[in-house]
Amino acid sequence: MSEQKTVRFIVTRQDSPDASPYTEEFEIPHRENMNVISALMEIRRNPVTVDGKDSAPVVWDMNCLEEVCGACSMVINGKPRQSCTALVDQLDQPIRLEPMKTFPVVRDLVVDRSRMFDSLKKVKAWIPIDGTYDLGPGPRMAENKRQWAYELSKCMTCGVCLEACPNVNSKSDFIGPAPVSQVRLFNAHPTGEMNREERLNALMGDGGLSNCGNSQNCVQACPKGIPLTTSIAALNRDMTLQSFKNFFGSDKL
Amino acid sequence: MPQNQEFFNRRLHSLLGVIPVGVFLIQHFIINHFAVYGASSFNAAAHFMESLPFRYALEIFVIFLPLLYHAIYGLYIAFLGKSNTRRYGFFRNIMFMLQRVTGVFLVIFIAWHVWETRVAAAFGADVNYDMMADILSSPFMLVFYIAGVLAATFHFANGLWSFAVSWGLTVTPRSQKIMTYVSITVFLVLSYIGIRAIIAFLDPALANM
Repeated sequence: MSEQKTVRFIVTRQDSPDASPYTEEFEIPHRENMNVISALMEIRRNPVTVDGKDSAPVVWDMNCLEEVCGACSMVINGKPRQSCTALVDQLDQPIRLEPMKTFPVVRDLVVDRSRMFDSLKKVKAWIPIDGTYDLGPGPRMAENKRQWAYELSKCMTCGVCLEACPNVNSKSDFIGPAPVSQVRLFNAHPTGEMNREERLNALMGDGGLSNCGNSQNCVQACPKGIPLTTSIAALNRDMTLQSFKNFFGSDKL
Repeated sequence: MPQNQEFFNRRLHSLLGVIPVGVFLIQHFIINHFAVYGASSFNAAAHFMESLPFRYALEIFVIFLPLLYHAIYGLYIAFLGKSNTRRYGFFRNIMFMLQRVTGVFLVIFIAWHVWETRVAAAFGADVNYDMMADILSSPFMLVFYIAGVLAATFHFANGLWSFAVSWGLTVTPRSQKIMTYVSITVFLVLSYIGIRAIIAFLDPALANM
């Protein structure tokens, strides 16, 4: 029988939010069709580094395991992506795992993506109908528009676009691409349109969309293929018109 | 600190880069290009610009104030970013980085260029063909000026592209791609005009024309 194939991992670890990061190397037996998460589970079973040192199990975040929740995003061989769909056989070894450092690191590969959820609140990325009484069915949406909107609704707030953006960092408070595209989604909705101006004005606030530097990394990095830069340019146009409306007033709603 | 100034500041920065700074750049290059027809031709064109009515008002409101705002706020923008071209070597990301690098370089170049020409003129120097021929006779200054011209044309051409996105003129990927070709053309044409003028200052035959 041939020798057991193995997989090597170099994991960037950090014990607490304020601790300084360090790397540890692990080697685990190879299995068919392994993804990065199943490899991390294997490390968790026997957390011993290649030097034979006993270590704590690596901590990471995960939920759906089918690339729709965005929780397991991490930087794998230099690229931010979901670890559930990162297949070990398609990656160069040793496989380097790092947290997405654009966000505050909680521990090891777990980051705190709160800023994204706060941004969604800031731009009111929802449709406020209070639900105290039955409003009846909402307006219908044309099927081709629904299909178009579905593409934007694929955003899972994974944070990969923010990680790839040169203007989202500790020095700037730029909101980042993901929430911007959600404004476009909810502004396009027949009922959501009601709060269009509120959302646009939120995007025009400090830390809003005007900080975009058009490096267009986001659209290249998005695992869901969302046309983020088209959303950005479309909202730039809406913001231009809204700023004129704010200044001069308007006869239209 | 006033709240929600950022949108206005950024849009103003984007607008001033094209109007009037970009327009002035084109005008400046066209005047420079008179050097190709000889020293007297260039001197006549430079003298015409100098003798425009309301010269100081034009200089202050069309050139210096917009340029200063664009330069200072631009430096602030440049240092807010954190370049990551090593990780993401995409075309637009490299343009993003070059826009900031050329911008910072232009602040240095233009400061020096204004000092050497306009400030010198205020102290009595005559800005003419001989002055430029003299400056460009030094190999270091020649390289510095060529780099300055190329940085300016790149920064303007690529800035036109981002202006179109920032104001929402080009929204779709196809329109942005066409704008990329437009900006490349602007870069090539302006670079040709600018470099040709520099070369004209090196030609002794033109100095006596």
